[in-house]
Amino acid sequence: MADKPTDVNGKNDMSRRAFLKNSGLVAGGLVGGSLVGGLLTNQFQQKPTETENKHMSGGLQEARVFINRAEDFAILSAATERIFPKDDLGPGAIELGIPFFIDKQLASEWGTNSKEYMKGPFITNIKSTGNHNVSRDQDSQGPNAGTQVPSPTPRYQSILNRGEIFTVGLRKIDQVAQDDFGARFVDLEPDQQDEVLRMFEEDKVEMKGIGSANFFYLLLQTTIEGAYADPVYGGNKDMMGWRMKEYPGPRMSYLDTIEDEEFIKMEPESLRDYQGH
Amino acid sequence: MVVKLDKVDVVVVGTGWAGGVVSAELSKAGYKVVALERGKNITRSDYIGVKDELRYTNRYEMMQNLSTETITSRNYIDEVALPVRTRKEVMVGTDLGGGSVHWAGATYRWKPYDFEIRSKTIERYGKDKIPKDMTIRDWGITYDEMEKYYDQWEKTAGISGEPDPIGDKRSSDYPNPPMKSSPAVNLFMDTTKKMGYHPYRVAAGNLSQTYTNPDGETLNQCMFCSFCTQYGCDFGAKSDPLVTVIPTAVKTGNFEARTGAYVRRVIYKNGKATGVLYSDTMTGEEFEQPADVVVLAAFTFANNRLLLLSGIGRPYDPKTKKGVIGRNFNGQFNITFLGARGYFKNKKFNYYMGAGALGGTMSDFAGDNFDHSNLDFINGGGIELRQYGDGAIATNHVPKGTPAWGPEFKKNSIYYANRSLNIWYTMATMSYWHNFVDLDPTYTDSFNDPLLRITYKYTDQDRNMAKFGIEKCQEIMEEMGADIVDVDEVPDEFDHIYDGGHYAGGVIMGDDPETSAVNNYLQMWDVDNLFVVGGSAFPQFAGHHPTATIGALGYRASEGIIKYFKNGGQLVEAEKKSRVV
Ligand SMILES: Cc1cc2nc3c(=O)[nH]c(=O)nc-3n(C[C@H](O)[C@H](O)[C@H](O)COP(=O)(O)OP(=O)(O)OC[C@H]3O[C@@H](n4cnc5c(N)ncnc54)[C@H](O)[C@@H]3O)c2cc1C
Ligand code: SF4
Repeated sequence: MADKPTDVNGKNDMSRRAFLKNSGLVAGGLVGGSLVGGLLTNQFQQKPTETENKHMSGGLQEARVFINRAEDFAILSAATERIFPKDDLGPGAIELGIPFFIDKQLASEWGTNSKEYMKGPFITNIKSTGNHNVSRDQDSQGPNAGTQVPSPTPRYQSILNRGEIFTVGLRKIDQVAQDDFGARFVDLEPDQQDEVLRMFEEDKVEMKGIGSANFFYLLLQTTIEGAYADPVYGGNKDMMGWRMKEYPGPRMSYLDTIEDEEFIKMEPESLRDYQGH
Repeated sequence: MVVKLDKVDVVVVGTGWAGGVVSAELSKAGYKVVALERGKNITRSDYIGVKDELRYTNRYEMMQNLSTETITSRNYIDEVALPVRTRKEVMVGTDLGGGSVHWAGATYRWKPYDFEIRSKTIERYGKDKIPKDMTIRDWGITYDEMEKYYDQWEKTAGISGEPDPIGDKRSSDYPNPPMKSSPAVNLFMDTTKKMGYHPYRVAAGNLSQTYTNPDGETLNQCMFCSFCTQYGCDFGAKSDPLVTVIPTAVKTGNFEARTGAYVRRVIYKNGKATGVLYSDTMTGEEFEQPADVVVLAAFTFANNRLLLLSGIGRPYDPKTKKGVIGRNFNGQFNITFLGARGYFKNKKFNYYMGAGALGGTMSDFAGDNFDHSNLDFINGGGIELRQYGDGAIATNHVPKGTPAWGPEFKKNSIYYANRSLNIWYTMATMSYWHNFVDLDPTYTDSFNDPLLRITYKYTDQDRNMAKFGIEKCQEIMEEMGADIVDVDEVPDEFDHIYDGGHYAGGVIMGDDPETSAVNNYLQMWDVDNLFVVGGSAFPQFAGHHPTATIGALGYRASEGIIKYFKNGGQLVEAEKKSRVV
């Protein structure tokens, strides 16, 4: 009996709706009436704005290979820029090419979950599709949070692959922006954009097949990867991410410097340099 | 149609340290050995020029493809287990050399106490110290008996190290001197020494100098290149089966490693294993490989699963607490690597440099090295500071209170990129009747065979020990002069994350066939010609990393198999008899 994959693990499960109510979102006034089941408006038919166009021009690696709609890509660009903004330390997500990095990742075997176990049955209750990726909440878990977040069920239980999660998630971001702030996400003020993103982070947005926090953490994780992965993947443009961090990139040997007391700053090199192409 | 191949003396499933050692020893002794490996054929040139953090650390390039097979996981017996679906959540080695290629190299011997834990605990603290639900066992072998196998493995692997000042008897020094140290490691060593502890440098599978092992294999000196853990070494400087035992086996002319060979069953007739059934992953063809001796060295999960699928041995039933296969599942999971992180405002470390096992450690709070009379747990763990050489994606640690994203996150993550150090407590895990493995009733692999199901929950023993260890790490980190020290919280419950590759048990070793599956030669009590080698034999987990013990057990098993070829039958009974005579 206990072996039938039903909702058994959601022992203290609440329905998503009850959860939203209990979390005081509606009362808090953030949501207005239309968070749940808002209608798609014609925003996706609109032409990309000038800012969007600017984001999409540039180097040879900068063309979309996964995200079809320019509108979706503009939302991705704006969202990643809030997560990793340009400041006096250096470039932000857009300048680093992070949206293009994410687009390429979604087209890769990672984006299509081709090396993950995707056989059913899938159990999708709030616990299983909810926040299974809280890997950065070190305020409640501590510095090793990445390896020790308690959760009642094994985490990734969504039938959606990561590419699909992003497609659904990006559109949901725009919908929440429209419903709650009355404008497209890309046209909101930065702190309004942050507010929208925070609603996803806190799992307060209803999505189909996946918890909104889950989508948010995927977005967060890939944004950081895009800032610091080797530039071969389209992000970390001109190794500017590494330069901010004083990270040297792949090197043959530190045999002669491993004992040095002083911090050693080097001009970064990439895989391309390392492989000698 | 199953194609039946020519019989060999020994068929070995898996080519990691466990399978590699057995293959080398048996082929050196003149037996014909075939090793079957589900993954790809791998050589050093697969790693040259691929220092790519995203691909290896974040996308788990070297780990098993889970689309065909994974595990399922739950905490409690009345729960439904769900599949562990992504490689972020479970790390299992594959390809030639297995998980033993992307290991870090930290090398520890386990203590006399670990091998005789039940009797030694009772002896020192009385029977009541062991909680009623805890099912820890003596191994049926002592440290003194294990010593020569440890020694042999360390020499084969070329381990670089210095002895633990409060460690146990060694018949010889490590074959190579310890690695160079770094300022971060020195800071840990100096501080803990001042505090009255006994630090020493982590013994490493990363070589401190060029070295030729007793089998004639040459390993190179480590470059501290930092692309080590979760990577293959492109310099041939990390000790793994690809540069040691596998080439040794090949040189004998008695050995063949067959890759892309996914073993699905042990064939079992009239109380004997007659061979194994496998599928060729390139063609889908099925083969039967007959052999006189079958060795399962396919790591904990597959060793358990293959026995259960093949109907060999009595499966453990948690309701009656009877049966054997699947009992005492244990290992070092997340709660066992908690500690403290220090942030240094005015000090920068070259933390992008390093090697898998570059580090300082101490065993003052490991095993039974400290008095447990007034503590609410038994055993303990090592305290380590390791300098793996972190990539740029990995070094995004920020002090507590920093938001997880946005301007402040960016500022702090960049500021502290080279200014944070971590210490952890690699604590032991004791076994319980309610932690076990069996076959999942719902989820299946790509052949429609049931997946392995893991039932695992933390206990007060785990939580109390973790709390104790975190406090010690915090004290040390504060003493080291960090301006901000953040500590890990002890989680209430196991989170189904299986990273780090330290899972064990299920086919445990012991001296009682009622509660153990294999004798101290890793020979199955029920099936004389079937040997099950690896962490699956651990009845519980010591407070240090496992691989040296797995390597040592490989030598122990090899000795047993050679004895079995000469005399047949149950080796341990045979030994007892000979002792009487
Ligand atoms: C990232 C990481 C870092 C680690 N660092 C350390 C460390 O610093 N110190 C330490 O002591 N330990 C470390 N470990 C643990 C160490 O890797 C293992 O203890 C060790 O590799 C186990 O050796 P093994 O031979 O038992 O298994 P493996 O090396 O995993 O070999 C098992 C082999 O069996 C094969 N196999 C499985 N099923 C089948 C099948 N059905 N058919 C055919 N072949 C099959 C697999 O493909 C694999 O090649 C680490 C592990 C990880 C993941
Ligand atoms: S750090 Fe040393 S052992 Fe590790 S990959 Fe680099 S050279 Fe090899």
